[in-house]
Amino acid sequence: MIGIISYAVFFTTIAAILAIAVLGLNFQWGNTGLFNGGVAAFFGAGAYATIMLGGTPQPDQLGGFGLFYPLALIGGTIIAGALAWVVGLLTLRLRHDYLAISTFGVAVAFETVVRNASGFSGGALGMRGFERPLEALIANPFFYNLLFLLLVAVVLLAVYFYLERVIKSPFGRLLRAIREDEVAAQSLGKNPSKIRLKAFVVGSMIMGMAGGLFASFYAFISPQDVLPTLTFQIWAMLIVGGAGNNKGAIAGTFIIWGAWTLSGWGLANYAPIEAQLYTGSIQYIIIGFIIVGMLLWRPQGLFPEKLVVSQSGR
Amino acid sequence: MSVYTGHDALTVKGLTVDFGSFRAVNDVSLSIKKGTITGLIGPNGAGKTTFFNALMGTVQPTAGTIALGDKNITGLSSDDLFASGLARTFQIPRPFKKMSVLENVMLAPMQQVGEGLLSPLLKRSLIKEQEKKIRQKALGILDFVTLSKLADHDAGKISGGQMKLLELARVLMGDPDVILLDEPAAGVNPSLTKILLERIEALNEQGKTFLVIEHDMDFIMKHCDPIIALAGGEVVFEGTAKEAQANTGLLDAYLGTGFDDD
Ligand SMILES: Nc1ncnc2c1ncn2[C@@H]1O[C@H](COP(=O)(O)OP(=O)(O)O)[C@@H](O)[C@H]1O
Ligand SMILES: [Mg+2]
Repeated sequence: MIGIISYAVFFTTIAAILAIAVLGLNFQWGNTGLFNGGVAAFFGAGAYATIMLGGTPQPDQLGGFGLFYPLALIGGTIIAGALAWVVGLLTLRLRHDYLAISTFGVAVAFETVVRNASGFSGGALGMRGFERPLEALIANPFFYNLLFLLLVAVVLLAVYFYLERVIKSPFGRLLRAIREDEVAAQSLGKNPSKIRLKAFVVGSMIMGMAGGLFASFYAFISPQDVLPTLTFQIWAMLIVGGAGNNKGAIAGTFIIWGAWTLSGWGLANYAPIEAQLYTGSIQYIIIGFIIVGMLLWRPQGLFPEKLVVSQSGR
Repeated sequence: MSVYTGHDALTVKGLTVDFGSFRAVNDVSLSIKKGTITGLIGPNGAGKTTFFNALMGTVQPTAGTIALGDKNITGLSSDDLFASGLARTFQIPRPFKKMSVLENVMLAPMQQVGEGLLSPLLKRSLIKEQEKKIRQKALGILDFVTLSKLADHDAGKISGGQMKLLELARVLMGDPDVILLDEPAAGVNPSLTKILLERIEALNEQGKTFLVIEHDMDFIMKHCDPIIALAGGEVVFEGTAKEAQANTGLLDAYLGTGFDDD
């Protein structure tokens, strides 16, 4: 029993962390129409930077500043935002497909750099030496995980309510207008490139914060965690949940992460031995089918975007 | 018919637009008088829309200068031009789909407090107040263009004629001095065209200047004065509606249509 509960806590923690990243992508794609094909780079930037800022000094690793945890996490978020700002300045003039390709390239480059810069990011072995916040005070690992889940849930809710407020404000209206027709928005006095850059940076900061939480939960990050497959999973979660709808984004995360976990468990326990070798690949095929199916039969996702209608003042 | 005040609203000198080796607009010089509804006619492919695009900074002209009133606006982008009081609608309507008609209109005002990343958290009451005003103004304008019943509809799902009215409504939110309309009546049913014309006339009475591209000769002859004709990217006629009416050669040659003189 306690095993199941503690697994549920673990599952929910990871899903909630991923949901934060999906919310960041939803801000970029669902609300603004920016195709970010390099989610893993911004998630990774936040993850690596959080460990560098908050960890202890290690050989072959930059940083180890041992910053107070919230500062390390905020620092990681800001560094992800800085990366997005640079990438955005260079690429945001590009239209959807080209933006997707170039951001994908950024993520591949990021992974290659952290994998090979062994004197800087720990190389293929990853970054260690991070002490999880408050862990020394709480002896019981179950209670500690519960506390960590609470932290993640608070961040998820804060991000959710912030984004809800923003997309219901005139800024959200601006984002949607730019998503629907940039030329028309510009002819009505709006500056699309400035607004696209803002949305790209904020969305990427949210991904970076998710990365920071992910790395602190495991007290570890490695190139294995920032492969293009992460980008693929995050996209699957948004497409299934419903681009443009924050509740849908969160629901989609739990559904896809659940399907991922269940299929992994099912394959490991019930599939023939020969198939078990390919568990990971089979999981990708399953998720791929789910995405294609969704795009064919319900492209708006399980929870489609809602039209903003006039409430008061009529 | 129109409130001619004797000043130029828009002055264009030597405007030229090239697409590769193809010259779509060739050395066009003209001025639009303040308070007029000026008609811009010419066959398909004459360069009328390209001329609008060049005025609005949507395409880069090869040469030429543009002034709005006495302000040089050459090279400004369309967002800056909107802020300076020059606005346009599109030949093929460009509604913000998946947004309500009301949201389409509420977008347009400049300097909205809520158009920031932190203000939605920090300036809630200010935004609320401003939103109320913007909504009221938007509903007033939607009423003016007879779209208020559609305020909560998806702008991508209204008729083509209604989209043209919506474009006019959006533009009016910015209180522009000069409005460029690209074929406002094309594909619009006669009753909506009539409403559109009445609204244009009413706005003109209030002092707004219009430059209207139109193929509908009835529309042009009854409501526009003066009239400019473009063909092959060049100005081939410039004169009063009367002069244009007398010039049947012009109409036959460049429009291939006669019109009822009633
Ligand atoms: N972006 C463009 N690239 C190349 N040629 C163009 C472009 N836009 C318009 N043209 C050409 O310029 C000419 C004038 O087009 P346009 O201004 O749309 O004419 P009109 O509005 O008078 O019908 C046409 O021959 C058209 O094919
Ligand atoms: Mg045209």
